Amino acid sequence: MIRGLYIAAKDLKAEFRTKQMLNSMAIFSLLVIVIFSISFGDLLSDSKIITQLAPGVLWISFAFAGMLGLSRSFASELENGCLEGLKVCPVDRSAIYTGKMISNTILMFVVELITVPLFAVLFNYSIRGVVGLALIIMLGTVGFISVGTLLSALTVNTRTRELLLPLLLFPVIIPVIIPAVMATAKVLSGGGIGDVFGEMRLLFVYDVVFFMIAQLVFEYAIQD
Amino acid sequence: MDDIISIKGLAKAFGSHRVLKNIDLTIKRGEFVTIFGPNGAGKTTLLKIMSTLVAPSGGSVMVDGFDVTKKPVEIRSLIGVISHETYLYSDLTAEENLRFFGQMYGMDKEKLAARIDELLQEVGLEYRSNDRVGTFSRGMKQRLSIARAVIHEPSILFLDEPYTGLDQHAASTFEKVLQGLDAKNTTKVMISHNIERSLKMCDRVLILAGGSIVFDELRHDIGSAEDFKERYEFFVHE
Repeated sequence: MIRGLYIAAKDLKAEFRTKQMLNSMAIFSLLVIVIFSISFGDLLSDSKIITQLAPGVLWISFAFAGMLGLSRSFASELENGCLEGLKVCPVDRSAIYTGKMISNTILMFVVELITVPLFAVLFNYSIRGVVGLALIIMLGTVGFISVGTLLSALTVNTRTRELLLPLLLFPVIIPVIIPAVMATAKVLSGGGIGDVFGEMRLLFVYDVVFFMIAQLVFEYAIQD
Repeated sequence: MDDIISIKGLAKAFGSHRVLKNIDLTIKRGEFVTIFGPNGAGKTTLLKIMSTLVAPSGGSVMVDGFDVTKKPVEIRSLIGVISHETYLYSDLTAEENLRFFGQMYGMDKEKLAARIDELLQEVGLEYRSNDRVGTFSRGMKQRLSIARAVIHEPSILFLDEPYTGLDQHAASTFEKVLQGLDAKNTTKVMISHNIERSLKMCDRVLILAGGSIVFDELRHDIGSAEDFKERYEFFVHE
């Protein structure tokens, strides 16, 4: 576990120094929010319609921004053969997965922290239930990144990884996106944590199950 | 000297393509072995099997008493790998790179700090310790790569075409640094295409061709590099 934390710290140090991935993820996410807010135009004044549409927009922006980050996550390890360098270290393969997952999750949280306030402004939301929304975003993000990190490793050596990663990832994360959007809609329309308990439980189970599966199969994902 | 690497009947195939065929090889502790061979002969595959990166299809490979298929983690803590790729992170500084790899080998914080200082001095990069590796020349990266590979004081060093991309001066500096780190009598197995340079350093020479070892002699029995080149051509084209 400690080595996983070292890997995450290394990734975050390099990323916060260059901000290559963070900038593109944040800008992409913000652009999605801005484009949707412009294209909805007059509908933004109808609170009933916007409550139905906005949670989906929010999760679309998270999912696509996350995809950008995930596709770069292991690709950066290919530079100078660093992934091979990691593989010859006496480190359990699951530690590499854990480290990458932690760093990807933290980057996603940063992007979400930037996106949500802009979303609230452009979609005329006074965000109530901040704790509930934060919990849903956290659970949804962990599930998304758990699977995404595994698939990012699996596709990193393919020539069409930018195409292959979303094709493989989106069908698998549907069980995360649907309850996350539903729960977000409930919270944004004034619901409390009790109202979204079912969705949160589903997200939690998904997170645990996929984290465990990824830990077990990651060794095969990065095998030569 | 006891055998530190013992290979018996090693075979490796990728699909129907047989890369290594029934290889038997023993390497003594402290020996410096260079493996020559044409492209596609299976040299890198052999090195990757010994360094636990690739699983063999058949036969057995023991490294310091550990089987590569059963105890890979134990073997990884005993070996260091220097490749034509540096395994260094361009966005981290020289010191951060060494610290990260030291942490991966589970080194104690204080011992690691002292070892980083010592190695940066040995490879002549202490004045660039806080600079990003991305700003280094190829030769400097390769010297830092030696420091990375020996940070945990490995018993065995695998070198996979380390001269690739180095000019004459950088290659000489690389050799000096490598020889300077030899106090602990580390076993070295090197793959190279550079006959002149590699022959100067090693104790024993192998030629791998068509997935088999076709030549195995001690360095002092070989003669000059020119003599060896003729024999190399003969064995490779046989």
